[in-house]
Amino acid sequence: MTKHTLSVLVENKPGILARVAGLFARRGFNIDSLAVGETEHPEVSRMTIVVNAEESPLEQVTKQLNKLVHVLKIVELDPTVAVQRELLLVKVRADRPVRSQVLETVALFRARVVDVAPDTLTIEATGTADKLDALLRDLEPYGIKEMVQSGMVAIGRGSRSITTGPALRAA
Amino acid sequence: MLANSAAPATPAAPPAPAKVSGAVSLVKSLEALGVDVMFGIPGGAILPAYDPIYDSAVRHILVRHEQGAGHAATGYAQATGKVGVCIATSGPGATNLVTPIADAYMDSVPIVAITGQVARPAIGTDAFQEADIQGITLPITKHNYLVTTAEEIPRVLAEAFHLAATGRPGPVLVDVPKDVLQAQTTFNWPPTMELPGYRPTLHPHGKQIREAARLMTSARRPVLYVGGGVLKAEATDSLRKLAELTGIPVVTTLMARGAFPDSHPQHLGMPGMHGSVSAVYALQKADLLVALGARFDDRVTGKLDSFAPDAAIVHADIDPAEIGKNRTADVPIVGDARHVIDELIQAVSAERAAGRVGDRGDWWAQLDDLRKRYPLGWDDPEDGTLAPQYVIKRLGEIAGPDAIYVAGVGQHQMWASQFISYEKPHTWLNSGGAGTMGYAVPAAMGAKVGMPDTTVWAIDGDGCFQMTNQELATCALEGIPIKVAIINNGNLGMVRQWQTLFYGERYSNTDLGTHKHRIPDFVKLAEALGCIGLRCESAADVDKTIKAAMEINDAPVVIDFVVGKDAMVWPMVAAGTSNDEIMFARDMRPSFDEDDL
Repeated sequence: MTKHTLSVLVENKPGILARVAGLFARRGFNIDSLAVGETEHPEVSRMTIVVNAEESPLEQVTKQLNKLVHVLKIVELDPTVAVQRELLLVKVRADRPVRSQVLETVALFRARVVDVAPDTLTIEATGTADKLDALLRDLEPYGIKEMVQSGMVAIGRGSRSITTGPALRAA
Repeated sequence: MLANSAAPATPAAPPAPAKVSGAVSLVKSLEALGVDVMFGIPGGAILPAYDPIYDSAVRHILVRHEQGAGHAATGYAQATGKVGVCIATSGPGATNLVTPIADAYMDSVPIVAITGQVARPAIGTDAFQEADIQGITLPITKHNYLVTTAEEIPRVLAEAFHLAATGRPGPVLVDVPKDVLQAQTTFNWPPTMELPGYRPTLHPHGKQIREAARLMTSARRPVLYVGGGVLKAEATDSLRKLAELTGIPVVTTLMARGAFPDSHPQHLGMPGMHGSVSAVYALQKADLLVALGARFDDRVTGKLDSFAPDAAIVHADIDPAEIGKNRTADVPIVGDARHVIDELIQAVSAERAAGRVGDRGDWWAQLDDLRKRYPLGWDDPEDGTLAPQYVIKRLGEIAGPDAIYVAGVGQHQMWASQFISYEKPHTWLNSGGAGTMGYAVPAAMGAKVGMPDTTVWAIDGDGCFQMTNQELATCALEGIPIKVAIINNGNLGMVRQWQTLFYGERYSNTDLGTHKHRIPDFVKLAEALGCIGLRCESAADVDKTIKAAMEINDAPVVIDFVVGKDAMVWPMVAAGTSNDEIMFARDMRPSFDEDDL
């Protein structure tokens, strides 16, 4: 199975997340990651959904998604021509003896320290799933006390936009 | 819109929209949408709507159970092609609609269900008679609404009817909180629909049509595999033209019975688990299937990977998600069945004009031979009991092709599909996808309301009948004289048949006691419900009992046909096996002469 990234433009209506998530569940798909937010059109929300699926079942779920009345447009983003980002917040044990080493790792990954306590640092990082995995691997030995990760958001490279088109103007 | 269209010399001030309650806005919207009847039961949360219903021109039929309201709306819609409407209160009233909504979803029937909801401030508090019916029906509706302001009532209802009736039809639920019904609002009609994400494709792609026509001309063993979508699209006349133009054999699925005349020489009957040998064989041996408004359901395909192994697939459906769902399509066509078929007729005509005409002589010779050797039929029971197939066959012959036949689910449903000759569209109603026992009586009630001048026969089992017969009281009181033939074999017959075949004749919980103890006595029950009750226990009495029922038009009639319990539905493709394993009768496989191919 391969990972697919779907950008789903939906009308910003109550319950739309339940409709989309419920559809994936009852058609037997596991969602790897899901992120929702507004777009430049306030009445349109954008979901970025990452699923692990074969090509033909994915086509079926995409068609079923398209049948949801509030779904406006679905685009599968090819990772080679899209920017993909996740956000990670991680609280790492970092008392005096190791703090400078932790900070070095933070710098190496172009992450940021967003909170400091006597024995921990809270680090913010954005990047692809691979980069964040690598960062976590490097931080692991110091002791990860807590972490939280966002779903992936993604956007195609180049000047073309998926949020233009008749369906979206009407929304 | 109208105000802007022309500029009269002295512009008349538009009439000030009347101040009304949400409930009045709801009922006025239904009137404006042309609703002539709705089926329902009042209750606390929906009560404000019932006050304007009291004065409305829309007829409200008070049913005995909300499930009856839902199936009645479905029967009405199936018989008339119009949107059926049912209405219920919150909580249990709404959840009682779940089965008919799921049923309508599976069979793509346009109904709108209106439910009351607890007042907005009480939503989410586990209030009395609160149920999240929008959440509950998410997977079984085409779309659903929780109305949050009285202002949006006309727009939501207009959208609900539009969604239910267009594209691939289906049920739409509109949940309205009590305080929204009570709030003051203005009623403006027509409202502007806001459905930017809803754009069904009606017209097929010309290139795909030409490719399909090319295959239909060159194929040596083609079959038109016709599904319920052809009835939904009112494409039956076009279908007949296409079939006769091409000479291609036709099979009609359970949902499409009546879409092509059973008496037509090109009709091979129903395919699938209980299909005719010739229809099943035709699909298995075809080199081309042209699926029109059909969805390759498991009851048609049998074991999918051995279904029609040599066939190229042309699959036309209005729902793109059906194409390629179960079987990959070589030529996918998205469009309304009528447009698709009309364009196929033109494209095939063009092929023929260019001198390309397929030769189907060998194919027809094989199929005719099979039809002759394996006709649908039955053996009369050895114990001298009445054969259920005989009852149903005679019923069809006496009531004729103009009557509407509405079946429950089980053996009687299959026999009613097999042994009644359907000549016209919308004369066969049943619960195909969901297989909802209890469908027949309320659906027949709805069909009769929609088609009051047509004879409507419910053909029901004794098991099914006991699930929803309370609606006969509704029929008796509301002047809806349906006729019910109970094919009473004293058992849950289809389940018993499977126990006979696959569970070593261990009849666990299938004897209903309707024979042994005559509980209930269906004649007395019918009379108690305000109907005429008749009973027939021998072949000699079948005709005269049916004729007696046909004479009665001022009250519902129920006939208790006491039939043998051992009759089985044949042919049969056992669940999960290949269509090639079709059994013509118990322990009897048809012989296909493979050398012919």
